Amino acid sequence: MRQDDNLSKSIDWLSVAFYAFFVIAGWLNVFAAVYDAEAHQNIFDFSLNSGKQLVWIGTSVVLIILILVIDYKFYNTFAYIMYGLMILLLIATIFLGTEAKGSRSWFEIGSLRIQPAEFAKFITALALATYLGKINIKFEKLQTKLMCALIIGLPGICILLQNETGSVLVFSSFILVLYREGLSPIILILGLVSVILFILALIFPPISIAQVVVGLGILALIYIITSRKKSTKVRTLVIRSSFVLVGCIICIATAFSVDFFVNKVLQDHQRKRILVLVNPDIDPLGAGYNVTQSKIAIGSGEFLGKGFLEGTQTKFDFVPEQSTDFIFCTIGEEHGWLGSTILIVMYVLFMMRLVYLAERQKDKFARIYGYSVASIIFFHFMVNIGMTIGIFPVIGIPLPFFSYGGSSLWSFTILLFIFLKLDAHRRQLLSH
Amino acid sequence: MFRDRKNIVQLIFILTGAVFIVRLFFIQVLDSRYKFEAQNNVMRRIIEYPYRGLIYDRNGKILVFNTPVFDLMVVPKEVQIKDTLTFCERFGITKEEFVKKIKEAREYSTVKPTAFLKQLSIADFAKVQDFLIDYPGFYPQARTIRSYPHHSLANALGYIGEISKKQLEKQENKYYLQGDYIGISGLEANYEELLRGQRGVKYMMVNVRGVEKGSFRDGIYDTISIPGENLYTSIDLELQQYGERLMENKIGSVVAIEPATGEILAFISSPTYDPNILTGRHFSENYRKLEKDSLKPLFNRPLMAMYPPGSIFKIVQALVGQQMGILTPNTTFACNKSWGPNCHSHPSPQNLMGSLQWSCNPYYYMAFRNMIQQGKDENKFKDSRIGYIQWRDLIMSYGFGHKLGVDLPNMKAGYIPSPEFYDKWYGYNGWKHSTIRSLDIGQGEVMIVPIQMANMAATIANQGFYYAPHFVKHIGKNKEVPEQYKEKHYAKVDKKYYPVIIDAMEMVVNGGTAAVFNKIEGMKVCGKTGTVQNPHGKDHSVYITFAPKEDPKIAIAVFVENAGFGAMTAAPIARLMMEKYLNDTITKPHIEKYILEKDFIHRNKTVLKK
Repeated sequence: MRQDDNLSKSIDWLSVAFYAFFVIAGWLNVFAAVYDAEAHQNIFDFSLNSGKQLVWIGTSVVLIILILVIDYKFYNTFAYIMYGLMILLLIATIFLGTEAKGSRSWFEIGSLRIQPAEFAKFITALALATYLGKINIKFEKLQTKLMCALIIGLPGICILLQNETGSVLVFSSFILVLYREGLSPIILILGLVSVILFILALIFPPISIAQVVVGLGILALIYIITSRKKSTKVRTLVIRSSFVLVGCIICIATAFSVDFFVNKVLQDHQRKRILVLVNPDIDPLGAGYNVTQSKIAIGSGEFLGKGFLEGTQTKFDFVPEQSTDFIFCTIGEEHGWLGSTILIVMYVLFMMRLVYLAERQKDKFARIYGYSVASIIFFHFMVNIGMTIGIFPVIGIPLPFFSYGGSSLWSFTILLFIFLKLDAHRRQLLSH
Repeated sequence: MFRDRKNIVQLIFILTGAVFIVRLFFIQVLDSRYKFEAQNNVMRRIIEYPYRGLIYDRNGKILVFNTPVFDLMVVPKEVQIKDTLTFCERFGITKEEFVKKIKEAREYSTVKPTAFLKQLSIADFAKVQDFLIDYPGFYPQARTIRSYPHHSLANALGYIGEISKKQLEKQENKYYLQGDYIGISGLEANYEELLRGQRGVKYMMVNVRGVEKGSFRDGIYDTISIPGENLYTSIDLELQQYGERLMENKIGSVVAIEPATGEILAFISSPTYDPNILTGRHFSENYRKLEKDSLKPLFNRPLMAMYPPGSIFKIVQALVGQQMGILTPNTTFACNKSWGPNCHSHPSPQNLMGSLQWSCNPYYYMAFRNMIQQGKDENKFKDSRIGYIQWRDLIMSYGFGHKLGVDLPNMKAGYIPSPEFYDKWYGYNGWKHSTIRSLDIGQGEVMIVPIQMANMAATIANQGFYYAPHFVKHIGKNKEVPEQYKEKHYAKVDKKYYPVIIDAMEMVVNGGTAAVFNKIEGMKVCGKTGTVQNPHGKDHSVYITFAPKEDPKIAIAVFVENAGFGAMTAAPIARLMMEKYLNDTITKPHIEKYILEKDFIHRNKTVLKK
């Protein structure tokens, strides 16, 4: 009992409030996304997504209680065992899962359908945190890095084999965690540069990119030479210059290979899916349809929105997957720029709060796990909203706590509340 | 270690959020395009076609009404046909037609309905109705087409049809849309704006599959359709049908006018066609046939066929001659054929009345010469010019060379040559009476359309004025005739010159050229025959008449092409119609038989699909 009292005092109620806000707002919007004024529907109607979502929310509360009741040491202790079981489950899914929309990622047990990939996120996070959290682990070692890559990569490969590309990409969010733990920023920057180059290569012919890169390279060389101090050795100059040279060659090569890859290697429908990212008008009824309709729905909300349940684009099915992956369209349409902005600000504040909580952990395990939670949520937030407004390609991943769906709500709830549980016990963790 | 990196991580969060917010600001606030596109997505304009106004005859008999037909609509996306062959059989189309129509519909839209089969009659629709349940994606839409229970009056009523591209572009207030029906000829065209009513528009919201989801913004943008006004015409359907029967196998026109009002009682253009064939799904097919027909049934002869008037022109010559002071009732000329013109054999010499009674050509040769060359100038050419201008002005006051203002489109004005016309041919002042002498008996360059002949008869019946001939009695609930048909048009011949002419016209019927058939017991009938010389074939037969003499109720002009003497064909037709109208009996059935048997066309009738 004493422990429970402690818990109610020590748990981060602010995060719980954020969680409650997202879940309830999500539930209302799931209702709005399918609302039909003429059918006199009730938000509690179990034949509707909103009614079902209520069940998921209810069961999530049960999960929360369970997580809070279970001893906090459990997660650290059993991380590897859970990880092992999860890998087995993922492999089983590849062969035994129900096939839907070309991917084999669902398990059907009676009427219940679960997506093991969703739960892989928090288990991987736990495993990674357990591994890196060991006192004798030094991140600088190559072996450590390879081990991290393995922990992250293994479930990634399993999910890739299930044909769930979207979920695989989520695992790249661990880069942010590793960065915090000492991964060189070069990786981060390289990743960013290659993304930019990739997009530029889609828009501009590689020749003109090469010209710009060469121009920038020359400027950089001039800078290196003119800014040298007397003390600078020739050797250092040569090394710096060759860095620039190699950088330029890599950039140009990337531009050309992207061009080659997109135009020669990819099949037509794949190419379109990427090209619509830079110009949705090239195929407005095909690959660009989702993005075009999503933007129309959001754009038609204007400043204040059409009002709750007053949207037309989402509930009349112009926007595909309007309750799940494209739930943000309902916000954009019914609540306008103001509502969208509030939601985005809420997410940003929430994620910053999580980083703050992670940083206050004295225990490395809890901190790494906390960063994992923030990073996973961030990745979903970035890709999901980014795709609805046309700045990311259409990758079907849900908006955390918000989108309709049991597996996703459960997995995010577990992900978050394990961390809140750890956070509540941060003083005890210190002592262990 | 690396504690500062938390700032970088948080910065990434903030930047991402900021990018989203800015991007959303562009999409939602700055770019209004998406709002329109959202409306385009969900809004479907549903046009409510108004009920087109009906057309009645003067006795309240219906001339034109609306019949429901069905367009079979298709929504390509919802179509599921297991067996195309059975489908084609059931709907009576070929496989090629099916493929073509589906392709056309799909090209227009896969989710919006397109007309698959147009204008199925109730009978045709009943045949396929039961099958519709087997074919999702097809549904019927009710429309109306025009129907004519009486099968007559085709050229006056006109027809409606889909608006042409040219008309669509030409319209000023952009009322019509592609696929709309519009009156193309006749009364349908002339009273289009009143008959058509006002289209209503309903805005419905639809989902992505085109299923209706209720009205858009509670219908604040909707407008109700207003039905067209009914048109009450002056046509006497019974007289019209009788006249059409009499004109069977003849080419020509009959126009009957009520002189006291200018109302058109009958308007016959022969050969005609059944107006019902230009409605419904066989429109184009039938229209092409009519267009190709060598006898031109689509040619609205009473308004458009220009002929020299022949001897009926002598009546206006006699009136104008008096007005010019050239002729008096006692003016006498010998029937001297040595002057040039031929003549019937009759007592000679004749005074003014006798000249009309016997239709004496030399008389009018002299009369016209005196009108044109009055001796006002020593130079015969200059003198002729002065006389001709004066003469032409008086002649044209009878409506010749004018369009009269009939409420039908495309009337021809006819032609009374201007002095300049002759100047062009013969040089300035290069012509005199002898040059233009054939005008004296209504031959030569003078051209008149049949409705002008009827109008002339009405003018004489009225002793000097006419109302513009018209079909409209009143429109809708408004019981008034439109203003322009209440205005008297005066011919420039004084009223006092008419009685002698009217007496003469009575003589024509009682003992003159038209005496063979045209006396009606107990009624004073006035008339004048004409035989129009035709260089291309047999002469045309023409006759104008009105009755009763004291209080004219009807004025008729009959023009039958290639039918010879006026007295032999045109006059009996007019007589029969007059008797029918005034007494509602035919006292001389043998005349009717004689006319019905006359055939100037000699051909088998083409059968047209209805």
